[in-house]
This record gives sequence, C-alpha cells and structure tokens, in this order.
Amino acid sequence: MALRMWASSTANALRVTTASKTHLAPAFSLSRCFSTVLDGLKYASSHEWVKHEGSVATIGITDHAQDHLGEVVFVELPEPGASVSHGGSFGAVESVKATSDINSPISGEVVEVNSKLTESPGLINSSPYEEGWMIKVKPSSPSELESLMGPKEYTKFCEEEDASH
Amino acid sequence: MTLGQSRKVGLPLMNLVRYKGIPILQQLHLEEKLLRTSSDNWCIINDGTNAATIVMGMSGKPSELLELGHVLQDQIPVIRRFTGGGTVIVDHGTIFISLICNKDAVPGVLPYPRSIMSWSSLLYNEVFQGIDYVFGNHKFGGNAQSITKNRWIHHTSFLWDYEAKNMAYLKLPSRAPEYRLARSHTGFVCRMKDYMPRTVFIAKTVKAIENYFTVEPLNLDIDAAPRDTEFLHSTSLLTKQELEVARASTHK
Repeated sequence: MALRMWASSTANALRVTTASKTHLAPAFSLSRCFSTVLDGLKYASSHEWVKHEGSVATIGITDHAQDHLGEVVFVELPEPGASVSHGGSFGAVESVKATSDINSPISGEVVEVNSKLTESPGLINSSPYEEGWMIKVKPSSPSELESLMGPKEYTKFCEEEDASH
Repeated sequence: MTLGQSRKVGLPLMNLVRYKGIPILQQLHLEEKLLRTSSDNWCIINDGTNAATIVMGMSGKPSELLELGHVLQDQIPVIRRFTGGGTVIVDHGTIFISLICNKDAVPGVLPYPRSIMSWSSLLYNEVFQGIDYVFGNHKFGGNAQSITKNRWIHHTSFLWDYEAKNMAYLKLPSRAPEYRLARSHTGFVCRMKDYMPRTVFIAKTVKAIENYFTVEPLNLDIDAAPRDTEFLHSTSLLTKQELEVARASTHK
C-alpha cells in the first residue's frame, strides 16, 4: 500500500498541467494536447501509439508512458531503412538512470526518424503525441493495426495497470 | 509450518549466482544476456572486480565525463553499459549486486524506473537503514536500470572501498542530483568498510531479498558459458581510438 501511495503521489506531483487523469477526460485531438489519450490513434499494451495515415504509420510513446518514465535525457532510434517487427524493440529512451525499450506496435520498414529528439529528447515528455514522435514506418502487415487498442480500451488498460499495483 | 516457512510459500524463485573478482565487462555481458534471453529471476553478486575500470551509462559521452588525458595515459578501460545513469570507476573494492526480475515478480512494482527504485530502497533500507545508499549525506553506491517489455534489471555498485586517486579520472558531472551539492568526488562518496563488514553486507542483502523471493544458489561458470554469437550486446568496451577522438574534440 505504501509503495502504491508513493508511486501515485509522485506521479501526480510530476504530471504536466495540460494532461488530465485518464479516467476523467474524453479523448479528443487538438494541436495542443489536453488529454492523456487521443482519438484517431491506436495503442499497444507496451504504451506506444500509432497514427496510420495512408501508406505511413507514425509511432511514439504515450503520455502515460512518458509520465511514468520521468524526464527523458537520451533517445536511441534506428536508421531509416531498418526493419521493425510487431512487439519487437526498435530503440530505447533513457530517463531517471534507466534505459527503457521502445517496442514497435507494427511490422514494417522505417522511412523517417525524428532527428529533433537527438538534441531535444525532452520533446517526448512535453509533446509525446506530436513533436515527440519517434519513427515513421511503412507497414508491411496493415492488419496488425486491428489487434491494437483504441483510445477507450487503452484508457481502461492504463487505469487497470495503475490500480493493480 | 513455521512463520518463516509460511512467508516463503508462493514467493517467486530467484537464482543467486555469486562471483568474486569477475571482470566487470564479463559481468555486464552476462547480465544483459540474462535480461533479454532468460525468463528466470536472478541475483548476481560480484564481490570485487579484477581491475580498475570506468563504466559509463548508455548515453555517456567520454569528452564530458572523463579526464581523458589521464585515462589514456594510464590505460584505464572505459565501458559503456546497457543501463542508464551516471559514471563510476570500479575496482576490487567494489561490490556489485544485480537484480534481474520479471515485471510481475514483485507485487506493487511497476516496470518503470521510480517504482523499481522505490522498491530497491525498501530492500536496502533493511540493510542500511538509510536512503539511496547515503550514510549521512555521503554516497557509497549507485544504481541503474534497464527495462524491457516484460523484465527489468536493477544493478548497483557499492563502494566497499576505493582509491581516492581513481576519482581523478572522472570529471564532475554537469548533471547531478540535488543532494550532491556541487561537492568533489571525495567530498561526496564514502567507504562502506568504515561502517559494515563485507560479508555481513552481502549476507544481509541476501536475507532482505528473501522477503520477496525464494532464493536458490546456482553455480553458473562464467567462463564455461558458450559464446552466443546471435545475441548482440549493447555494452561495449570503448577503443583507444574512440577515446582519442573524444579527447581531440575537447580541444576544439
């Protein structure tokens, strides 16, 4: 119990003012994110998001993930041309003395990498769904997107994960 | 059933492997491999390493962290490890304790840095009755983590003893926790040997771990482990050329 309370109070203390609790805010999309979970994206249980637009899918980590990870100080990403696989690690972030794997929700080929993250890894914390995007992928199996969670399902998933610990 | 036995029922198994004087590069390679390819929980204890070695975190930049002139002159090995965090210089006086766990192994612990560190501080509180390995306001150990989808490692180097001259290889870090208060290395760290016998520390740590795991000693001959050519380590020993290039960049 003490551990859960500590974790919860720490998470609340560090939560950015624009983010609201997952169980309160409806999901909606604005140029400035006021919600922890956005409409129009798909989500993995390892807390990455995917935005599929035409032949390209953009991938990053969620607001829930960046909040739990803490201040990101370094990001390791693949080169364009690399392959990613559904559920496999494609890079890592460093925060609070930890490296944490980033896993791809889908399989495909990396076509673009967010070079801004080299100099400004904190964009992942301040703008996880927009400026903090990590890679763009050409999906090789678009049907994999169907197995991912929608916003409501992901919100519930986060609540259950936090409540179970 | 005694109280001690009933506490152990239902606790997950943890393999306990003990070494003495294993090279730190070999230890880190083993840890990274166990993290990524094993599904067991592990405690690795290495009582001292064989030679003074500098170990940086994943994003460590030698030009920012090290007095490269001295490092190159004295041929001190420099490793970049697979976990995050800061730079340490380790030697025969350092005791390493590493915990590799499945993400659901410890109730109440989420696979995120602060949750893991909060649990480990509870663990070591039993051993030291302190926080973040600080006796008074001096530090005698440092930890780091790596977290994968389903597992994590939390490893710590404890300064049982150290040679003050070795600290001269490290620059003062530009990014440091508040409690450091801009102190030099020797003003900031302290030696555990002044407070606790080496064997007592290790025994008490294993006992604390037994509150969460059923600990089973295991012999794992590090020299006999076959080289797995398919597993790519991200922990690496920096080459002399890399260090020289880094030194040259500081003179620009």
